Amino acid sequence: MSNEQIKNLEEIFEARIARDEKIEPKDWMPEKYRKTHIRQMSQHAHSEIVGMLPEGNWITRAPSLRRKAALLAKVQDEAGHGLYLYSACETLGVSRDELYEQLHSGKAKYSSIFNYPTVTWADMGAVGWLVDGAAIINQVPLCNTSFGPYARAMVRVCKEESFHQRQGFEIMLKLCNGSQEQKDMAQDALNRWWWPSLMMLGPTDAESIHTEQSMKWKLKRKSNDDLRQQFIDQTVPQAELLGLTIPDPDLKWNDEKGVYDFGEINWDEFWQVVKGHGPCNKQRMKARVSAWENGEWVRDAAMAYADKKEARKLKEAI
Amino acid sequence: MSKNWPLWEIFVRSKNGLEHRHFGSLHASDAEMALENARDVYTRRSEGVSIWVVESTNITASNPEHNGELFEPAQDKVYRHPTFYDLPDEVKHM
Repeated sequence: MSNEQIKNLEEIFEARIARDEKIEPKDWMPEKYRKTHIRQMSQHAHSEIVGMLPEGNWITRAPSLRRKAALLAKVQDEAGHGLYLYSACETLGVSRDELYEQLHSGKAKYSSIFNYPTVTWADMGAVGWLVDGAAIINQVPLCNTSFGPYARAMVRVCKEESFHQRQGFEIMLKLCNGSQEQKDMAQDALNRWWWPSLMMLGPTDAESIHTEQSMKWKLKRKSNDDLRQQFIDQTVPQAELLGLTIPDPDLKWNDEKGVYDFGEINWDEFWQVVKGHGPCNKQRMKARVSAWENGEWVRDAAMAYADKKEARKLKEAI
Repeated sequence: MSKNWPLWEIFVRSKNGLEHRHFGSLHASDAEMALENARDVYTRRSEGVSIWVVESTNITASNPEHNGELFEPAQDKVYRHPTFYDLPDEVKHM
């Protein structure tokens, strides 16, 4: 194809997106659109899968059968979300194995929040309330994104996600209405998860390199700073309801702007964790890689069994 | 390194009386496992009463580049629609 033709196709493509038309996998698309989508969707899928680890940590130690069943269902949902997103990603011609390889080799990233440890039961409350809360704010606009398979996967994800946040908040509420020790545990969890949750909404607009292009492709509908403000404004009253204190001395209602002002985020910490130096990066990757490697014989055996059954069926037919 | 699990397309009937609809895809070693996995991945909240699985390689899809010759001819055949025909208002039940 000549440059002229490609330019022409690109213009038609951009116009389709501007008209809010959906792009489906077999449609012509610029290479950069394809690559950006593979990057973002796979990063999203990896986050769901790695995100199972910090919570999986508490399944066997949940304080009651009710909590255990709910946590198990939540972690299972995350596996499901990872699978929806991996298969949406595969429609762009990348294989599942390549995607895993990118995760395991460290080439692909996942949400850095999952590199923090879950040290007490209250962390299950804080993760559901704050981390899933921030995730929902990020994900709801994606239900309208231009790439059909991604948008469809996100509709399913968002429908299922709201139970996650509610179960987290309920855990916090229960602890906050409990003994002083339980309340302290809830406060401690909030202290540790608050700032990483704010970071989860991504670097500031000034630092975010992909924002402009992603906005154009409707892969992003609001900027990171706007999403962060929305998260803070909706979460502060929830913390008040719990009787907990947000660990930010600069946090205060700005009557003029109608939003909360908040303190400086420690971006050095964020970049350290992104670069692999968070408290659990190595542990998380080791868990994923060993699950993949130790599962190889199971995958092979299932395939060998399927082949054998197929061969037997053919023989009987003859 | 042996063969990877093939990809399957999953169709779910959400309740009797409705058609099976495409829900997504997943990997499984054979049809039976695809059904079991589809149950766990796509119907965790009673979304279905029946599942079909089809190996993705068995699907033949039209090419969007040929959409013009495939679908455009229908656009100028307005006489296939009831509104094409002029009838007086007095005609009832038609």
